[in-house]
Amino acid sequence: MDAETTEPTAPDTATDHAPTRRAVIGWAGAGLALGAAAAGSVAAATMHEAAPAAAPGIDSTVDIPFYGDHQAGIATPVQDRLHFAAFDVTTKDREALVKMLKEWTKAAAAMTGGREVGTGATGGLPEAPPDDTGEALGLPASRLTLTVGFGPTLFEKDGTDRFGIKAKRPEALVDLPKFPGDRLEATRTGGDICVQACADDPQVAVHAIRNLARIGMGVVNVRWSQLGFGKTSSTTPEAQTPRNLMGFKDGTHNIAGTDAKALTDHVWVAPGDGQDWMTGGSYLVARRIRMTIETWDRTPLKEQEDIFGRSKLEGAPVGKQRERDTPDLSAMKEDAHVRLAHPDSNNGLMILRRGFSFTDGTDGLGRLDAGLFFLAYQRDTRKAFVPLQTKLAGNDALNEYITHVGSGHFACPPGVRKPGEWWGQALFG
Amino acid sequence: MPARRSTAATLLTLAVAGAALAGCSKKDDAASSDAVKVTASDSACEVAKTTFPAGAVELSVQNKGSKSTEVYVYAAGDKIVTERENIGPGTTVSIHAEIKAGEYEIACKPGMTGDGIRQKITVTGSADSAAKADPRLAAAVEAYRKYAQEQADATIPVVTQFAEAVKAGDAEKAKSLFAASRVGWERTEPIAESFGDIDPKTDTREDGLEAGQQWTGWHKIEKSLWADGAITDDDKKLADQLVTDLKDWQGRIAKAEITPTSMANGAKELLDEVSKNKITGEEDRYSHTDLSDFAANVDGAEKAFELLKPVAAEKDAALAKTLDTEFAAIKALLAKYKQGEAYTSYDKVTEPERKVFSDAVNSLGEPLSKLAAAVVVG
Repeated sequence: MDAETTEPTAPDTATDHAPTRRAVIGWAGAGLALGAAAAGSVAAATMHEAAPAAAPGIDSTVDIPFYGDHQAGIATPVQDRLHFAAFDVTTKDREALVKMLKEWTKAAAAMTGGREVGTGATGGLPEAPPDDTGEALGLPASRLTLTVGFGPTLFEKDGTDRFGIKAKRPEALVDLPKFPGDRLEATRTGGDICVQACADDPQVAVHAIRNLARIGMGVVNVRWSQLGFGKTSSTTPEAQTPRNLMGFKDGTHNIAGTDAKALTDHVWVAPGDGQDWMTGGSYLVARRIRMTIETWDRTPLKEQEDIFGRSKLEGAPVGKQRERDTPDLSAMKEDAHVRLAHPDSNNGLMILRRGFSFTDGTDGLGRLDAGLFFLAYQRDTRKAFVPLQTKLAGNDALNEYITHVGSGHFACPPGVRKPGEWWGQALFG
Repeated sequence: MPARRSTAATLLTLAVAGAALAGCSKKDDAASSDAVKVTASDSACEVAKTTFPAGAVELSVQNKGSKSTEVYVYAAGDKIVTERENIGPGTTVSIHAEIKAGEYEIACKPGMTGDGIRQKITVTGSADSAAKADPRLAAAVEAYRKYAQEQADATIPVVTQFAEAVKAGDAEKAKSLFAASRVGWERTEPIAESFGDIDPKTDTREDGLEAGQQWTGWHKIEKSLWADGAITDDDKKLADQLVTDLKDWQGRIAKAEITPTSMANGAKELLDEVSKNKITGEEDRYSHTDLSDFAANVDGAEKAFELLKPVAAEKDAALAKTLDTEFAAIKALLAKYKQGEAYTSYDKVTEPERKVFSDAVNSLGEPLSKLAAAVVVG
């Protein structure tokens, strides 16, 4: 067949003949993409004006590469939307699990490149259900990233070495302790495998999880999942730190995705840290933090600002003018959130945050079931989230308005470096 | 604009340029007798044929216009099947594609802009016609018809006894025969549903009734037996009607339209039934005999699979193996709930146990949805 009669495929998918979703949208779509790109440049330009030191603006039409030394979706710029899913592995067959992880990887590479899974949503046999569920047809990849992690129960559950990998369980993948105030719900906690899907379009993120769940039928099923919107942390040093549902900027001092030293020190697992298969990976803690926003909204402004240790409008630390002014921690109340969480109060300890807001209807008592879906990546959870949360859970003034209701801990392996490699290869291979 | 897209476009342009050069030096490019001629001009896009068979299609495009043009083949929703850009004035090029049966549009874009001048084309043929040529599949269809007939034949005496018990006012006996009277039907339900008119009369649940529709069939009697605790005169008439309707079903199986595809997808539909109505306990909400229906659905699906397996295993060995495993798993699970000839009452099956059933159904239903393609693919 002549070269010009085949669909253009990206170099990273020699074996994947699915059409690109962009090819599907045709010229009209190209126009839209151009429009979006143009809008992106304007935004970038504006941002540069406001903050000359800012990182380059984010162009939503440029895909985030799937292959690399580290998984995308950790240090890469945070997108606007989240669909997070924790899966239970239902099979006892190691081969079936490995086969699924290989298929997942292939599908993830396709979807993060804006391509359809397998033979696509309409390209297969008329007699068979399509390989791709199709709700992302015509949509660009929207900076989709898919990040996989393995939970403690994958290695050992009820004393059973389920897949012959018990000996490979990293010491840092601890069973998280019960923190004071935790009210964890079983239906939002745990999981053998997690996938974090982030994208600028919720439909794209949901499509990704749905297709992985479908590919995994018979091997895994969804234990719990969470939709998120409005990123509450940023990995790009932008002029504006996003606000959480309490209306505050939180995470001003988050680790920037471009700060190689901080990433090396605090996020990526280094050689010699423990299990070799985790080198280049990171540990993820996911917490569903319910906010009692109705009582928060009845709290006086001054008290709200005292609780955070920042001004509401500017986000400036107590006694300072600008958000990024160096905080004077001693000027804050003893139980102020920023004072307790700041690296200076914790021997320099830092975590990389990627949280999103959520609201999931009501709690049946006429209150919004809303809050923060907290995602934190770190090199060793025992030295990062655990001590930090122990401290916050016991002392943070914010605790009056928040409750941790869901929790997961996962070992996220290093990146898939090239086509043919697969998620978990070093663990299972 | 995304970098990859630009790169791909560049590669494409280069490839087209190369092919165009080759076209100049190679006179017989596009001269193949099977090629469908497309004559493009600045204001027209004439396609010599508008219907052609599925498979390898060659378009021979001659640009008689004054502007460079592009030719696209679009599937529904302007999905690009194949395309060729930059066809210069006065040149002739050929475009090759594998096209499946369906409706398409060919578009010429003089000046390489806009939606193009379009012509609808139809590509004919279906994978099922290839399947029909396989004698093993024809045999499978006949064996399945025979199975369906046997199921119906065996159902009539049981349902007759059930009706007699209802008419005699013997509620206990009627209850003991209820689940058994449904087994043959549940095993072959897609065939019954294909007739359209029988299923609404025999197997409708109360919440499935349309406005003005009289409720008849198994589930009305089920409600009287278990929920109301009283057999009415109306029920006695309905019992007779049930026997009449099922005899109608029994008599029509010989004429049912059955294909390898409908067998395979029918098997999948049986699992869909389980997934939709039985897992939730909605099907037999008064008698709680859902697991009996569930087991019958699985039996029927397995029968269809067993008959198609020789072909399926040849064309997709991995799928056949998966289905073997999953059928065995779901049957082992059901066996745990078997008590003599009957099954555990579904109201005694806990939520966590129902989740295990649900997982097993999904694990079987998903690969089963791929059986049709594995069987009929040419």
